[in-house]
Amino acid sequence: MPYTPHTKEDISSMLEIIGLEDEDALFDSIPKELRVKSFALPEGLSEFEVFEALKDTGKKNKTDKTLFIGGGYYDHVVPSAVDALSMRSEFYTAYTPYQAEASQGTLQALYEYQSLICRLFEMDVTNASMYDGGTALAEAALMAIRIRKRDKVIVDSGVNPVYKTILKTYLKIRGFEVEEINSESFETDKNEVLSKIDEQTACFIFQNPNFFGSVQDFSDIIEKLHSVKALAVGSFYPVSLGLLKTPGAMGVDIATADGQSLGNYLGFGGPSFGIMVTKKEFIRQIPGRIVGKTVDKENKEAFVLTLQAREQHIRRQKATSNICSNQNLMALRATIFLSLLGKDGFKELSTLNHLKTNYLKDELSKIDNITIKNLTPTFNEFVIKLPKKASKVIEQMSKSDIYAGIDVGKTDKNLDKFLLVAVTEKRTKKQMDRFVKVLKEVL
Amino acid sequence: MSVFDNSKKGRKGVKLPRLDVDTKIEFSNKLLRENKAELPELSELDVVRHFTRLSSKNFSIDKNFYPLGSCTMKYNPKIEEKVASLESFNTVHPHLILNDLSEDIQGSLEIISKSEELFCEMTGMDAFTLTPQAGAHGEMTGIMLIHAYHQNKGNKKRYVIVPDSSHGTNPATASMVGYEVITIKSDKSGDMNINEFKEKMSDEVAAVMLTVPNTLGIFNPNIKEICDIAHSYDALMYYDGANLNAILGVVRPGDIGFDVTHLNLHKTFATPHGGGGPGSGPVGVKEFLKPFLPNLQVEKKDGKYGFKKVSEQSIGRISPFFGNYMVTLRALVYILILGKEGLMNVSKKAVLNANYIRVKLKEYYDMPYDMPCMHECVLSAASLLKEHKVRALDIAKYLLDFGLHAPTIYFPLIVKEAIMIEPTETENKEDIDYFCKKMVDAVTLAKQNPKVFHDLPKTLPVSRPDETKAARELDICQC
Repeated sequence: MPYTPHTKEDISSMLEIIGLEDEDALFDSIPKELRVKSFALPEGLSEFEVFEALKDTGKKNKTDKTLFIGGGYYDHVVPSAVDALSMRSEFYTAYTPYQAEASQGTLQALYEYQSLICRLFEMDVTNASMYDGGTALAEAALMAIRIRKRDKVIVDSGVNPVYKTILKTYLKIRGFEVEEINSESFETDKNEVLSKIDEQTACFIFQNPNFFGSVQDFSDIIEKLHSVKALAVGSFYPVSLGLLKTPGAMGVDIATADGQSLGNYLGFGGPSFGIMVTKKEFIRQIPGRIVGKTVDKENKEAFVLTLQAREQHIRRQKATSNICSNQNLMALRATIFLSLLGKDGFKELSTLNHLKTNYLKDELSKIDNITIKNLTPTFNEFVIKLPKKASKVIEQMSKSDIYAGIDVGKTDKNLDKFLLVAVTEKRTKKQMDRFVKVLKEVL
Repeated sequence: MSVFDNSKKGRKGVKLPRLDVDTKIEFSNKLLRENKAELPELSELDVVRHFTRLSSKNFSIDKNFYPLGSCTMKYNPKIEEKVASLESFNTVHPHLILNDLSEDIQGSLEIISKSEELFCEMTGMDAFTLTPQAGAHGEMTGIMLIHAYHQNKGNKKRYVIVPDSSHGTNPATASMVGYEVITIKSDKSGDMNINEFKEKMSDEVAAVMLTVPNTLGIFNPNIKEICDIAHSYDALMYYDGANLNAILGVVRPGDIGFDVTHLNLHKTFATPHGGGGPGSGPVGVKEFLKPFLPNLQVEKKDGKYGFKKVSEQSIGRISPFFGNYMVTLRALVYILILGKEGLMNVSKKAVLNANYIRVKLKEYYDMPYDMPCMHECVLSAASLLKEHKVRALDIAKYLLDFGLHAPTIYFPLIVKEAIMIEPTETENKEDIDYFCKKMVDAVTLAKQNPKVFHDLPKTLPVSRPDETKAARELDICQC
């Protein structure tokens, strides 16, 4: 049998020591009437057969088209060293580092992850990862509600619509209402937001760059929030932080992000990982694991899981969250990714994304019946208005092996002529010129 | 040595694609970052050495016997990684879902549909959602489904019942969904006290969350009765799949009366745990709960996979897409290789290994529940503590010096000085014998020279860390 090493002799000698006749007797404590009624599974195959079969299944996916799709998930470079190091089985076949002495590798890597993320966000405290950007944002809202003991949550128009639906699922079941801001443009309607913030507000949730790619400064809103003791909760795009004003500099109270862009594959949406960063004063309300540096008996540097009294295995129903497994391996990949890029490399990555995007944006703005809809600068994604339905354009360009972007109409029926286009450092001038050429042909 | 220590100005570990356009930065100073992030400046080799050295400071399944109770640390077949590294799977953009381009992702959707089908057959449930990203996330999804069911029926429910032997995630999950928790004590045989359960059961109970076999490795013989009682109050039964490895192919939660089940793919289905994640916690339900399943479901129509129109009663999204999709793919690889016979063999060998350990150690340790176990056995070091001042923690640290990962200790909470051992089916007799020998040696040493334990382990990268200092003088960031 695959992966079980027991020989016939092993089985009989083990059963003899236990004092049983046969293996079936191992299950004597289970009443007969509760045994399986059906277990109609296929016959087992060799790994070679399974590999061939799944390779064929994979061929039914189209993965050779040029990606201009973003929406929170981007086609960035993944350096080979990220794969090679994270595939060391000392990392990926270990469990949660509960036995610190036997897990210093994972623990130190997580401590370094926390350090890199705090430096990137210019904030004090982060945990050792959440599931993804969407659930991290929902947990941030719950955290804000806990901290301020208020239940009014305002969410901005520019927050990723997928994240918004997760947020509503998490909050509504607890009876918390989510008040949504509407905006006439693809930017935040600041007057609208300012008028909604009051002393019942637990937090205002925004995204920067927002789902439509627009970049704004939220310092004025955050000032207003703080004046009524409400919290600023934001979702950010890590790669943009090489260039853009940080959540720390804006005064954000809880910053979240999806970590896919930091050395992780698109993988049809998972696994990615979630980032949550906050101010020191809120550390006891943050969910998830945290690694701390300490010393061992010989006064040697050592790392451990710390402040565990927040967590479910100690606090049970009074825990800050039910989260147990996080996305450690993906956070490790981000740690390696950020270490490889380094101080200058990360800024270069961020700048490349922005400058390349500007090229495509400029070229598209030259086409007569196309308009760029963002009113503010954009980072690496922007919205264009087409003379026809975006879904149609996407379908036609797909035939020329280009994934043109996201059909904004899928998130708001009234916007079915709007296309959200993303460019990363991987896109070349040649690919972008072809995008423009094919788009002109299909219009 | 930290990743920052070797940093030298001007070094870089990656060459990025070149800039082949001539454009300008659009942002005003107000929108820009003031200073570059203080990331380390290292060559690729610097980074490779640093993380390779770190990796050597870990215990892992590939290097060590890892009998961590309740965690099912079985071998993760290498073929899983080979399949998961296929570009045809790992480069698929999830927003092809939003764009509704299902035509281009038939392969990925087939994997989802096939996995759901197999999970249903193995658990006796009628439908599965793959959207939850870990066991606890699955629990939350399951309890949300139960909440939606009650709300739809107009049931007024306040409580979720859990036994005191449950994982911490169970009560924590109930709270996250807004329920209050009733904890039922365990009886002398380690099962949830049935009389207390009957007393506490009422019309206000929304769900009963059980792990079967429970965290003591015991199969509750009253399970059918518990299900019937709960159902008579219109409370639903939640199966925590953490211990499914014990009964795979023997019992299906769906057959014995559970309404909702989650699986831990990183336990039962051999996907690597990644040092703490990613996990994956798909949730299965009985027919009557289907309308409430999370938004995003696959269906096959006219030979093509597409997305099902989601019912208005759906609880909504609980994760962005299909959860940790690439973890599901790995689990599918494992299931296809094992097949029916292989999967039925899993529980047999897991239970064989656990009972073998139990019998070999029962003379040396306290056995708070002295009876045959399922896939794991729980011992206690209470007498060792009383007589020799050697605790479960000391035994754990002793084992580390012999390259053996420690069992889970101090859990379940109902056993004093608990030592919870789950060998899994992939360990051979010789390695198990060695583990047992060291467990016995530890007892001998405890009787002869208990003081030496305090300085263990001695051969690892660090000795016992000062956890109090870690919490009091918080240093969680080299900033």
